[in-house]
Amino acid sequence: MIKCEILLTVNEESHSIIARQADTLLFVLRNQLGLTGAKPGCLNGDCGACTVLVDKTPIKSCMMLAIEAAEKPITTIEGLCDTPIQRAFIEQFAFQCGYCTPGFLINAYALTKQHPDADDETIQEWLESNICRCTSYQEIEQAVKSVLAKKHEND
Amino acid sequence: MIGKSVIRKEAWDKVTGRAKYTHDYFEVGMLHAKLVTSPYAHARIREIHTEKAGSVPGVRAIVTGEGLPLTGEDLRDRPPIAFDKVRYHGEVVAVVVADTLVQAEKAANLIHVAYEPLPSVGSPREALQEGAPLIHENLANYQKGKYSYPEPGTNIAHRTKIRKGNMEKGWAESDVVIEASFAFAPSDHAALEIRCATAEIRQDGTIVIIASSQAPFMIKRLIGEYFGEDVGKVIVHTPLVGGAYGGKAPVQLELLAYLASKAVGGRKVSVWNTREQDMITSPVHIGMEATVKIGCTADGYIKAAEILFLFDGGAYSDKAIDVTRAAAVDCTGPYHIENVWCDSLCVYTNHPYASPFRSFGHCEQAFAIERTIDLLAEKLNIDKLELRMKNAIRPGHTTPTQVVLNRSNVGNLPACIARLRELIQWDEWQRIEINSRTVRAKGVSCGWKTSTIDTDASSGAILTFNPDGSVNLISGVVEIGTGTKTVLAQILSEKLKMDIDDIHVKMDIDTQTTPEHWKTVSSRGTFMAGRAVLSAADDAIRQLKAIAACVLRASAEDLEVGYGKVFLRDDPSIYVPIKDIVYGYKYPNGNAIGGQLIGRGHYILRHLTPLDKETGAGKPGPEWTVCAHAVEIEFDKRDYTYQIIKAASVIDIGKVLNRRAALGQVMGAMSMGLSFASRETFLFDRYERILNAQLRTYRPIRFGEHPEYMVEFIETPQIDAPYGARGVGEHGLIGMPAALANALSVAAEVPLNELPLFPELIWRTKEGKQYGSI
Amino acid sequence: MVPFDFTYHRPSSIEEAVRLFERLHKQGKTPLYYGGGTEIITLSRLNLAFADAVIDIKHIPECCVLRIEQNELTLGAALSLTSIEEANPFPLLTKTASEVADRTARNQITLGGNVCGQIFYRETVLPLLLADCHVVIAGKDGLKQRSIHEVFQQRMRLEHGEFLVQVKIDLSYVSLPHAHTKRRKQGKVGYPLVTVAAIKKDERLHVAFSGVCPFPFRSKTVEEQLNARHLPIETRISRALQYLPKPILNDTEGSVEYRLFVLMNALSDILIPLEEG
Ligand SMILES: Cc1cc2nc3c(=O)[nH]c(=O)nc-3n(C[C@H](O)[C@H](O)[C@H](O)COP(=O)(O)OP(=O)(O)OC[C@H]3O[C@@H](n4cnc5c(N)ncnc54)[C@H](O)[C@@H]3O)c2cc1C
Ligand code: FES
Ligand code: FES
Repeated sequence: MIKCEILLTVNEESHSIIARQADTLLFVLRNQLGLTGAKPGCLNGDCGACTVLVDKTPIKSCMMLAIEAAEKPITTIEGLCDTPIQRAFIEQFAFQCGYCTPGFLINAYALTKQHPDADDETIQEWLESNICRCTSYQEIEQAVKSVLAKKHEND
Repeated sequence: MIGKSVIRKEAWDKVTGRAKYTHDYFEVGMLHAKLVTSPYAHARIREIHTEKAGSVPGVRAIVTGEGLPLTGEDLRDRPPIAFDKVRYHGEVVAVVVADTLVQAEKAANLIHVAYEPLPSVGSPREALQEGAPLIHENLANYQKGKYSYPEPGTNIAHRTKIRKGNMEKGWAESDVVIEASFAFAPSDHAALEIRCATAEIRQDGTIVIIASSQAPFMIKRLIGEYFGEDVGKVIVHTPLVGGAYGGKAPVQLELLAYLASKAVGGRKVSVWNTREQDMITSPVHIGMEATVKIGCTADGYIKAAEILFLFDGGAYSDKAIDVTRAAAVDCTGPYHIENVWCDSLCVYTNHPYASPFRSFGHCEQAFAIERTIDLLAEKLNIDKLELRMKNAIRPGHTTPTQVVLNRSNVGNLPACIARLRELIQWDEWQRIEINSRTVRAKGVSCGWKTSTIDTDASSGAILTFNPDGSVNLISGVVEIGTGTKTVLAQILSEKLKMDIDDIHVKMDIDTQTTPEHWKTVSSRGTFMAGRAVLSAADDAIRQLKAIAACVLRASAEDLEVGYGKVFLRDDPSIYVPIKDIVYGYKYPNGNAIGGQLIGRGHYILRHLTPLDKETGAGKPGPEWTVCAHAVEIEFDKRDYTYQIIKAASVIDIGKVLNRRAALGQVMGAMSMGLSFASRETFLFDRYERILNAQLRTYRPIRFGEHPEYMVEFIETPQIDAPYGARGVGEHGLIGMPAALANALSVAAEVPLNELPLFPELIWRTKEGKQYGSI
Repeated sequence: MVPFDFTYHRPSSIEEAVRLFERLHKQGKTPLYYGGGTEIITLSRLNLAFADAVIDIKHIPECCVLRIEQNELTLGAALSLTSIEEANPFPLLTKTASEVADRTARNQITLGGNVCGQIFYRETVLPLLLADCHVVIAGKDGLKQRSIHEVFQQRMRLEHGEFLVQVKIDLSYVSLPHAHTKRRKQGKVGYPLVTVAAIKKDERLHVAFSGVCPFPFRSKTVEEQLNARHLPIETRISRALQYLPKPILNDTEGSVEYRLFVLMNALSDILIPLEEG
């Protein structure tokens, strides 16, 4: 059968959906679960607007099948709640139109969690996966660094 | 409140994924359209076979171009779906509507179009050559606006002429003359949100459109005009827009959505570009070829400028006519030149058609002008900033269209230049060799811009109140990322002396209930909508005072509004809370006076005139914002690669309304300018087909490639603007391409007069090699 | 958006995967082995790839190993590039991998998918070619181990129904002096204009290329020229470039002449220090 039942665990809630096996995770999140935070920007793996976490790893959800993500924990932007990185993005004016923001935030969130000691090189390696057309990136850099710096204060 | 870095009203929505854009409104039962586009740049359409596609399950309609009216804002030259022939690679030839996007795509793949390729035109200069293929054979018969001047029998869609002073005199006074030519191909806006529109035609004939657009009110108007629909029955919704930069000012997909819906009995249809289509099928960033000749005295005073702009408007003129006119209006750059000759042409080619791009023709023309100024300085052996300072435009001077400038309608360019000089430590060094391979260099440029918009463009605002006394601000400005609606809230908060948190902003646009704002373009949102908001606030204050006067038994003249109250000026302890009067005041005995309070305001630009056809004389815009820029690069002399180290802008912003927001606008614009100048272009094959319509191969600047940004503001108020603020959304971009090219020309010691500045271009120029086939 | 339908299969053993492929094929289907899926999904969008069944090999234990045993490094074909970079068992591979696409994409891109893909850069094969590694291939007749040079000529020459399970690298290679450079048209992310990787073994340079021709390669004759130590390096380089397996690419990344220019600089930049070091 081309369509099938898929069990997805998104933001700690489990969902059972019927989708084409060829449907991408991005498509299913948006059109079946109504989680429109992850954005389509190219559907080709190039822009990062669709980034979500699968098993805590940033993934471009336009390049992963929904069925591949079955039974793995998925975090979308809707799953982040008042985190330091969200606040930092606001304080540092790290977005304008906001279209790249969900993808950028998810990636930056994973970065700050996994590499609290990230140096410039690591920050660049992670964040060059996302395109922002509105900001100069300097604002995003400041936001990420402010969160990393706070992590250190708390240590 | 004015000047404070208030965070944008929709900030939390944007960091939590709750912010909704057009494509986020998914509806069960909505049909989906897929565009079939041309693989050729110029070809006759022989036949379109749709039978196979039509039999794909779920397909509801296939729309082709026959019998559709021609469209275009200034010149009706474009069928919404190609008919008879295609004029650019990516042009829409059919629209397939089906239950799901997958079905529509399957069917679209089965549509077979038989083409007969025609010779194609790949640049404006080629288009102007004798014997060049005509792209619009029928140019003479197109319906056109009063101020568009197509030249039938040629590929010229429009020509703007500027004739100021006396050229002979200018050349006679010049000791030194320099002439140079410049070129770049079309590129893209590449807003991250792909363009998208839905349309639905209800039983009663109401047409409801949702569109990712900078011009919802124009969509409404044009659907009325093009298709003879009652304009009152067209309702356009525009939610948040995911970046636009001018690319969402033209009306294109909306027409297809309307046609698609019509073809399926009015059912709701969503038309959504792929990224690839968004890059080439929808309008693009204009290309240009130019020749600039400047004459000046031995001590550096410019006496004459002869300027030819050949804009690559692409296959259809649409908004390109306007862009090319805007470039002409400010053709000299921000310099005082008494004798000016300029022809700015909107030329047809077989490239995707052009639309506004942030700065509206200005970063393009500034590239040509500011490069020439540098060449002139080199020839004169005068400091490059000094030469600019000497000729800087000042109050009392006239613009190329002969508008007399005063202290209000032009900013302070000398102050910008002076500040820039310090900021980038210009006097310390301009080129240094770090080692045998590495050299650092600085490049500078200046810019100015007025907003050439319709002379009768207007903006409206409505204020309604909530039972707690807080205000709802409703304006027709689209929130495309510029944060204008937050700035409007600040303006209102200042005026009403009200906490910014008590001002609620309606973010989305609904043309049925939102007062019109002409178009969210041209950095005019804050000025026009700001004036409208101030006028609405005045209206509300007047009404508040009138009711309070009864309640407080005082004359309205003795009352003040602020802090949620209407109070006596000389004794604030006597007051009535706003919340008690905005829905009428109720006396203890139950009697009521007043009623629901609604503030109304509007603004229309004053004294603008169209340009004279022969001389260009006329008043195209309300004020000129001026700016000075610099870029510092590190260049590898062996590899021809470089890094952008620093980028600086000093802009006379009039008045800073929201510091961080203004910095963000400027830095974002600078980033876009540097990205365009250093790496963005469409690459064409010899049949003018685009080879890189993907973000994989068309690569905007990314995180980590950004320089250090330095931005400063000068504040020379524009007297009739809200709190003196000038338009600033685009100015960061204007001088970036030129400043980068100037820095690299100094570093590489070779004039670089083309864009984008790929290392390969520098290498070729330096080695004196010709371009190959690509 | 994949504009056609396929079924998705997730075998948990090599045998099951191969059997599945055969069965689907017999049913008249066009199955594809599925690694990270990044290429399958993106090329499908453009109708440049087709499958009506995909066989995900990421749940086959052998495809996910990363093991050092008896002087041999084994890398499963389904390992993501970032997981290899993080474990860093073969520094040259780490370097090469870390310049492919961008990090988020590399969380998905698999070693097998990159080496076996259609998109012709296949950059991670360069270190594998240099290390004379062996590849473990599964097919109808079970597993076989072959030298990479036998199966990788311009692209992976797999028989119908075969897939790459692992690569095996002699440990003596992983710590050899090495160098890598990726030169792009502009910027820090994107396809290569040219990528060159090299190692020095027994005083001889092994050199492999991507982006120069429409396939990655390592060439005996090119290496012979480059190792003709009695000649100055510039001479060796220009001689070597006469032996490229195909004319230099001319495409949107760069023209022939410019690529040649960049390639010569890239070669001297990595070979001189490697030779001297
Ligand atoms: C944003 C982006 C940028 C990129 N930039 C680069 C770059 O700079 N350099 C570069 O080299 N590549 C680049 N690529 C292309 C990339 O190489 C391919 O998309 C990727 O390598 C495919 O790996 P995958 O694991 O996703 O393979 P899949 O998509 O799963 O498979 C690709 C092909 O290989 C086959 N296959 C997969 N695994 C196996 C196996 N184990 N055995 C046999 N066959 C197999 C599949 O059947 C399919 O035909 C880029 C890709 C993206 C998305
Ligand atoms: S939409 Fe997935 S990377 Fe662009
Ligand atoms: S905020 Fe608009 S693209 Fe990043």
